[in-house]
Amino acid sequence: MNNPATQKAITKFLLHLHPPRVNKQAIKYTRTFGLGGIAALLFILLFISGMLLRFVYVPSVKGAYDSIQYLQQEVFFGQLLRNMHYWCGMLLVIVSFLHLIRVFYSNSIYHERRKNWLYGLLLMFLVIMSNFTGYLLPWDQLAYWAVTIMTNMLSYIPLIGDALASLVRGGSEVNEGTLLRFYHFHTGLLPLLMVFVMSIHFWLVRKAKGVTVADSTKTEMVKTHPELLYKEIVVALGLLLAILLSSMLVNAPLLDKANPLESPNPSKAPWYFMGFQELLLHLHPGIGIFIVPLLVIALFVYIPYIKGLEVNVGVWFNSPKGKAITVYSIIYALFITLLIIPGTEYFLKFQAWWPEAPILLTTGLLPLLLYMVPGAAFIAIVKIKLKANALELIMSVVSILLTSYLVMTLVGSLLRGEGMHLFA
Amino acid sequence: MSFIEKITRRRFIKRAILTIVSLELVYVFVKLLKKGGEQPQPTGLFDAGEVALFDKGKVYPFSSERFYLSRLKDGGFLALSTKCTHLGCAVQYKQKDDKFLCPCHASAFNRRGEVLAPPATRALDVLPITIANGRVWVNTNKPIKRSKHNRSQISYA
Repeated sequence: MNNPATQKAITKFLLHLHPPRVNKQAIKYTRTFGLGGIAALLFILLFISGMLLRFVYVPSVKGAYDSIQYLQQEVFFGQLLRNMHYWCGMLLVIVSFLHLIRVFYSNSIYHERRKNWLYGLLLMFLVIMSNFTGYLLPWDQLAYWAVTIMTNMLSYIPLIGDALASLVRGGSEVNEGTLLRFYHFHTGLLPLLMVFVMSIHFWLVRKAKGVTVADSTKTEMVKTHPELLYKEIVVALGLLLAILLSSMLVNAPLLDKANPLESPNPSKAPWYFMGFQELLLHLHPGIGIFIVPLLVIALFVYIPYIKGLEVNVGVWFNSPKGKAITVYSIIYALFITLLIIPGTEYFLKFQAWWPEAPILLTTGLLPLLLYMVPGAAFIAIVKIKLKANALELIMSVVSILLTSYLVMTLVGSLLRGEGMHLFA
Repeated sequence: MSFIEKITRRRFIKRAILTIVSLELVYVFVKLLKKGGEQPQPTGLFDAGEVALFDKGKVYPFSSERFYLSRLKDGGFLALSTKCTHLGCAVQYKQKDDKFLCPCHASAFNRRGEVLAPPATRALDVLPITIANGRVWVNTNKPIKRSKHNRSQISYA
């Protein structure tokens, strides 16, 4: 490694990804937590382990489950390979989400980074789609019913819902055609698309002159090789170690072979969709599946394009006040969500009280108002009492939404048992 | 409208061609997905058995055909699909409570398929029944979606 020619080759090769010199603040670990890099490395690990899994996996109703069992029982290190692919996939969803939160709260999505925020959202979508299409492939009870639930959710989209759901499944229910097309999306189209979008994503970071820094007046530059490179290597090795350890200790789940005649009790969507499933227990599907997600996505896309925001680019939470408002919003959202979940579960049974009223009102608008009205009141208080500006209000809204989703995900995945009852 | 002024003839033609080509590709892809999933449907009706076999006021499971045959108190027949109208899980009949329960989200339906407990919003789908020569025939290929139960959906011997 200390041979000058090797050193030069490393530096030259690095220029494809990094500039020769970087701002000293930008490579401090707590600036980015290395999340983007970890996600990219996870993608590579998934690619390699996925390629190997393809040699054993058979994408058919007859062969899928047996091939997984063969992999786990007969193939040398087969179980470990599957576990690694599983854990990398799950971790990629988490890391991508954390990356999204990091760039949002450190105000790194405005001005010249706007477009990259959109590509990032697209990547987040592709990551979730990849994970979801992979979820079906083992063809066990977990996979079959999770995908049945998710594809049926699509059918609640007005007008095109039914057609879209049948298009995704290739029929009125999950069948061999669904398995085949999910397999091809998972192992062909989606990774290919992700490589393209990732290239653009990285290139736009370079174009914006690297990651944001908290104090742009300090411009002390250091050499990428070795200053940044060594940090990257340490993070990469740590990640590899963590993946290997968790793959050795915890097996990827495999239930009984899929049986379309019997839903297990309870049947749950993949954990990152459990927030939605929880929402559906309290809200009319037309609103919970279509209107709410559409509004949230529209908000996320629109945020960097809002005019007249006073942004301190690169400063966490924009200001100490912004930080306080974010903390208050998280506490508020925790409180209200944990209040409403048992509230509508046990006490406020609008539909039972007025069985004759339209269900869009009793299970849709009323619960939605129950959530929106205190939320609006909270935002108004923050605005008046703390004199928050537009950006801080946006951070407050996003914090409330994210916290609520996380709480619903946790409640749905951990606290619900048989018959989807709380604490069953 | 500044963005309209920016569109020149050349740019308009370029974009029109791009749009048409992309739409063409999307169309081909969607058609491909539709074709791929089509399964040969077994034709014909399912023979559930003789009318006299079914007691009034009881529910009979035909789980391999994915329906329940419910004979009402007045002797009318209803073939209810096991597919929950909420998100497509398989409902199960609970003898003890006399209702259909969905294991996924706890929706409940009565023996006429009407919603007893949300989150389901529609009554269970019914399968068309033909009663001929004292036997009950159920068309398992054609579930009928309905928002509410009404008497015209019941078949009498």
